[in-house]
Amino acid sequence: MTAVLGSVAILLASVAALTGIGLLLRGRARRGERLIDLGRWMAVAVFAAVTLAVVALEVALVGFDFSVRYVAMNVNSGTPLLFRIIGLWGALEGSILLWAWVLAGATALVAVRYRGRYPETVPLALALLLGIAAFFLLLMLGPANPFVRLIPAPAEGRGLNPLLQNHPLMAIHPPFLYLGYVGFSVPYAFAMAALLSRTLRDEWMMVTRRWTVAAWSFLGAGVVLGAWWSYEVLGWGGYWAWDPVENAAIMPWLVATAFLHSVMVQERRQLLRLWNHTLIILAFLLTIFGTFLTRSGILGSVHDFTQSSIGPLFLGFIAIILGFSLFALIARRGEVRDSGTLPAVISRESLFLLNNVVLLSIAATIFIGTTFPLIAEAAAGVKLSVGPPFFNQLTVPLALALLVLMATATLLPWGPPPPGILRRFLAPVLLSALFVAVLAAAGVRRGLTLGAFGVITFTALAQLAEFHRGARALRRAGSRSYPAALLGLFRTNRRRYAGYLAHLGLALAGITASSAYKTESEHTVRRGEVFRGPGYLLRYDGATASQAPDKLVVAATVSILRGFNLAASPEPSTYARIGVLRPAAHLYPQQRRPIPTPAVRSTWRGDLYLVLLAIEKDGSAVFRVSSNPLVPWIWTGGLLMAFAGLVSIWPARRG
Amino acid sequence: MRRLRLLIAAAVVVAALLYLIIGGIRTSIVYYITPSELRAQGEGARGKTIRLGGQVQPGSKTWDAEMRELRFTLTDDTASVPVVHRGAPPGLFSEGQGAVVEGTWEAHGIFMARSVIVKHSEEYAPPSPRP
Repeated sequence: MTAVLGSVAILLASVAALTGIGLLLRGRARRGERLIDLGRWMAVAVFAAVTLAVVALEVALVGFDFSVRYVAMNVNSGTPLLFRIIGLWGALEGSILLWAWVLAGATALVAVRYRGRYPETVPLALALLLGIAAFFLLLMLGPANPFVRLIPAPAEGRGLNPLLQNHPLMAIHPPFLYLGYVGFSVPYAFAMAALLSRTLRDEWMMVTRRWTVAAWSFLGAGVVLGAWWSYEVLGWGGYWAWDPVENAAIMPWLVATAFLHSVMVQERRQLLRLWNHTLIILAFLLTIFGTFLTRSGILGSVHDFTQSSIGPLFLGFIAIILGFSLFALIARRGEVRDSGTLPAVISRESLFLLNNVVLLSIAATIFIGTTFPLIAEAAAGVKLSVGPPFFNQLTVPLALALLVLMATATLLPWGPPPPGILRRFLAPVLLSALFVAVLAAAGVRRGLTLGAFGVITFTALAQLAEFHRGARALRRAGSRSYPAALLGLFRTNRRRYAGYLAHLGLALAGITASSAYKTESEHTVRRGEVFRGPGYLLRYDGATASQAPDKLVVAATVSILRGFNLAASPEPSTYARIGVLRPAAHLYPQQRRPIPTPAVRSTWRGDLYLVLLAIEKDGSAVFRVSSNPLVPWIWTGGLLMAFAGLVSIWPARRG
Repeated sequence: MRRLRLLIAAAVVVAALLYLIIGGIRTSIVYYITPSELRAQGEGARGKTIRLGGQVQPGSKTWDAEMRELRFTLTDDTASVPVVHRGAPPGLFSEGQGAVVEGTWEAHGIFMARSVIVKHSEEYAPPSPRP
């Protein structure tokens, strides 16, 4: 029943989307207010219908309705409620539905929010958004139908991919990523509408600024949460492997970061107008490309992917968007004029340009490294992959250059530099040099590590220096306390200081450049035996097996014993137990390979990361223990960046 | 004039980046091949990072717990390659099963694996639907 309802809802949504496009375009051509209003209602209707489809699929997932193929494939009778709910984004069809839903929501919001405003651009932008939605809806009518029936219904379903079921982070990582991906559709649609309707001033950019920052924040948070999930679930002790799926998410984020900076130059100096159009088109294309990479199955094998029509449909859609956008861009290139000039060779404006060059270089590197294996397989039939060394080799120096630019641009004002500007650099440069000297004295020898720490410290100090300068100026103006003045900065110039907060987040996340100091060892130990972890002694106290509804959990208990002076071969019994780790392996009936669940002990200095690799027949356990210095700072810094983005767009208090 | 300078600058940046990217890709390509393809490439395969996939030949696995050294032979029925890996065998590693190793093919004809991944042909299969 729910399946029929869902199918009907998708069909209705498709019809409403196509009707809406027709009404909006016709209404715009004839200046027909009524037609445009109807088109606007169609956008709302699409959202309502897709919401109905989402509800239908959720009812089926939560209610174990195995007569729906998607449910039978992704839920079984042991799947807990949370994972039944998030089963919506556990596989292809549901993810497409989620994409369509988020997009329909954004479209409806545009339709309602900008009612009667921007008559030149809004109807066109809405028609474009409905066109994008129509593509995803048609996918669901064809090859990615989430409501396909299984008759007769099986008595039991297969269950969610265990890797997705193993951690609650899975509940929030994909929605954040999709909010980010989809969010870029709105600025893209407005940018294209501006080109097509020749409203070529800066209106589109002002209208969509909040959308862009919100999408950027969600995408960033999605990327960080994904890395965290990978660290907590996959048990390999890392968080970033330059996997195509990860690359797919970081590329639009990088281009969007470039865009966020270069629109500021457009806003202040009326420069880079064509360039900004290009950037937002690129960012949007990369979100679609990312969805294509992760959802078409092309990563498994180029040849498998042609088995389903989803991949070719996606490629076709990307080609249409690319062709259409390029055509509009080229047709209007003579009319998109810059009206300002660059004020000085060395200024914040020019550094923003360099920042764009570096960010796009990073994105291009990742793009080529990600697509090269696909092209090689399609063209030459060779199966190969481009390993992490390639990405690290190129992106690490570029990222360091980016940090230096970021710190310098923060300290420089807009426009030509005033005399005495170099004094602002004095404290951050000297302090970071001092820090590097201390590190070197403490025994850090690797040049790249020292350089990275120096650059990161410089960046962080530059941001703090700006906060300090701002707070001091505010205090001089009034007689507030220092903390109140710091907070006051966010009231007087929220965008600017939220930007510095995001910079600070990046610097914090970058601290983990010390991953060179990761140490790892494997141990096979009997019950009661003590082994040496990094900085701690560990004791294996035994293992238990317990049957959960959806899985068998084999958990080991490992005591952490205090002990720093390990070289002195101490007597383990004299050490106090300071904590317990419970690494586990989860065995799901739908998969033979056990899923290790690492146990992590986090402190501000880093993580002690313990993975249970196996329990041998004689009862001894095999562990991999690693010390991952400073890893918690990535999550802190990354989420701080996303938070800063949201701070900058939070509606100002009226008063 | 300004335009020209801008174009030249852009061309220089793009050329430099492409040069670095192409050079970088060359040195970090990992090839996916089978034991017979490895044998066929012969000397050409030396020094490259290779991901070798095949079956673990029954009776070939030895695990030296003292040295923490795992030895086995990967085969694809027509050719086989001896593999050495320093580290414990991954969970569920057993003979007759599919495995993928990443590493290099050394001069003495032994494949030094940096990592060993177990491959299940029937991985993540649905339980047969019961009536």
